[in-house]
Amino acid sequence: MTSGTLLEWRVKPGDEVKRGDIVAVVDTSKAEIEVEIFEDGVIDELLVPEGTRVPVGTPLATVRAGAEQEAPPAPPVPPAPARHVAVPASPQPLEEHRLRASPLARRVAEQLGVDLATVAGSGQAGAITRTDVEHAAAGAVTPAPPAPAAAPSPAASAPAAPAPAASGALAPPPTPPAPPTGEPGDRALAMRQAIGALMARSKREIPHYYLQTQIDMSGALAWLAEQNLERPIAERLLPSALLLSAAAKAAAATPALNGFWVDEAFRPSEAVHLGVAISLRGGGLVAPALHDADRSSLDELMAGLRDLVTRARAGRLRGSEMSDPTITVTNLGEQGVELVHGVIYPPQVALVGFGAVLERPWAVDGMLGARPIVTATLAADHRASDGHAGGRFLTLIDRLLQKPEEL
Amino acid sequence: MNEQELRDVVIRALTEVAPDIDPAAIDPAADLAEQLDIDSIDFLNVLVNVHEQTGIEIPERDYPKLSTLDDAVAYLLAAQPRGAGTDA
Repeated sequence: MTSGTLLEWRVKPGDEVKRGDIVAVVDTSKAEIEVEIFEDGVIDELLVPEGTRVPVGTPLATVRAGAEQEAPPAPPVPPAPARHVAVPASPQPLEEHRLRASPLARRVAEQLGVDLATVAGSGQAGAITRTDVEHAAAGAVTPAPPAPAAAPSPAASAPAAPAPAASGALAPPPTPPAPPTGEPGDRALAMRQAIGALMARSKREIPHYYLQTQIDMSGALAWLAEQNLERPIAERLLPSALLLSAAAKAAAATPALNGFWVDEAFRPSEAVHLGVAISLRGGGLVAPALHDADRSSLDELMAGLRDLVTRARAGRLRGSEMSDPTITVTNLGEQGVELVHGVIYPPQVALVGFGAVLERPWAVDGMLGARPIVTATLAADHRASDGHAGGRFLTLIDRLLQKPEEL
Repeated sequence: MNEQELRDVVIRALTEVAPDIDPAAIDPAADLAEQLDIDSIDFLNVLVNVHEQTGIEIPERDYPKLSTLDDAVAYLLAAQPRGAGTDA
């Protein structure tokens, strides 16, 4: 994503805002994104009028933070909330000291005669990378098809978001050089391109290893059916909630699978923000996060899941949901397939897959019976973990699902 | 509610989760999840919506009895309390 159109302000000058409040809605090429504010304060001035298209990183409003005199600019266009990118078209001239660039990028810029102030940074905290400079030098002012220089760099566009190294742009489709229009056809095309670019990068850069195990779901499903007997329909649980809970708790216990690969190093995440792959009607998918999924009850996960699916399909996700999953789950069992070998979403390092729960012959204590079985898989980044850790992770998911009352 | 009203209720719930579907194109005898490409969460949302519109309780074990449009309408018709919703 290179720019977005401010569709709607949800606040006006003088409004008090708290961290996490939705302040605006921005239309990107893929979806409408609700922009959250990342600090408490009072809205001072709205800098961008509704209906205006602005580059990513453009400050949208200023916020007075408590007693402080100075009004820190916030929040810019997602998905890089705390990122200030100097771009020529930016309505806000940006100060030189905000420019962050690696020494290499500076050198290359000098060689190529590129003014760093005109380059949009895709690196960590909006830092300008060598590729950004080369991209700028190539005159990539107009959107181009995904090229190496324009490759999605969610890994690095870290905003001042909670997760360390959290990517500003990990919406799978994060950084598509999208055609600057909001027509549905273009949006679908942009999403296809973005998914293609991200997945190609994943397969190119991440040395995946794959594990799988079969899990007996009879205990979990019996427990679920019993729970649901007493529940009104709107509060009933689906097997997905159990699978997500088990995956989140297992991820919390396996730090090597939960976090980001950024700048040639693995950065584990304290929190488990569980990305959930949701297919969209008409094609494409998004994988927004259920925040702190390892500490959520089944009811919270179920409610969160229903809410996410509904909003994802309506095209109303929040910036933070799109940007910070620490590990993702894909549940392809709905289509009846038994097994999914996932492709990891960079910069994450693991993807958990669940197939359909199917009746299968299963031996217990020397006796053969028919049991509901789910095949759980793990695709993990060999740079961050080894098969040993991955194996323990899947075994732990199995063990957790045998005690559903503790999930 | 009569049969037609219940049919409208189900179709309304379906278009709520899948706004792109053409109600006229639904095959009333075919599996809804399959033909409309809706998953278990969508289906739960449909049933919750139907429950909210009609007040009819649908226990989980009966979900399979609502898998086609015709079956769902027949189930709801039989399940609604006598005289309920006649003014709807």
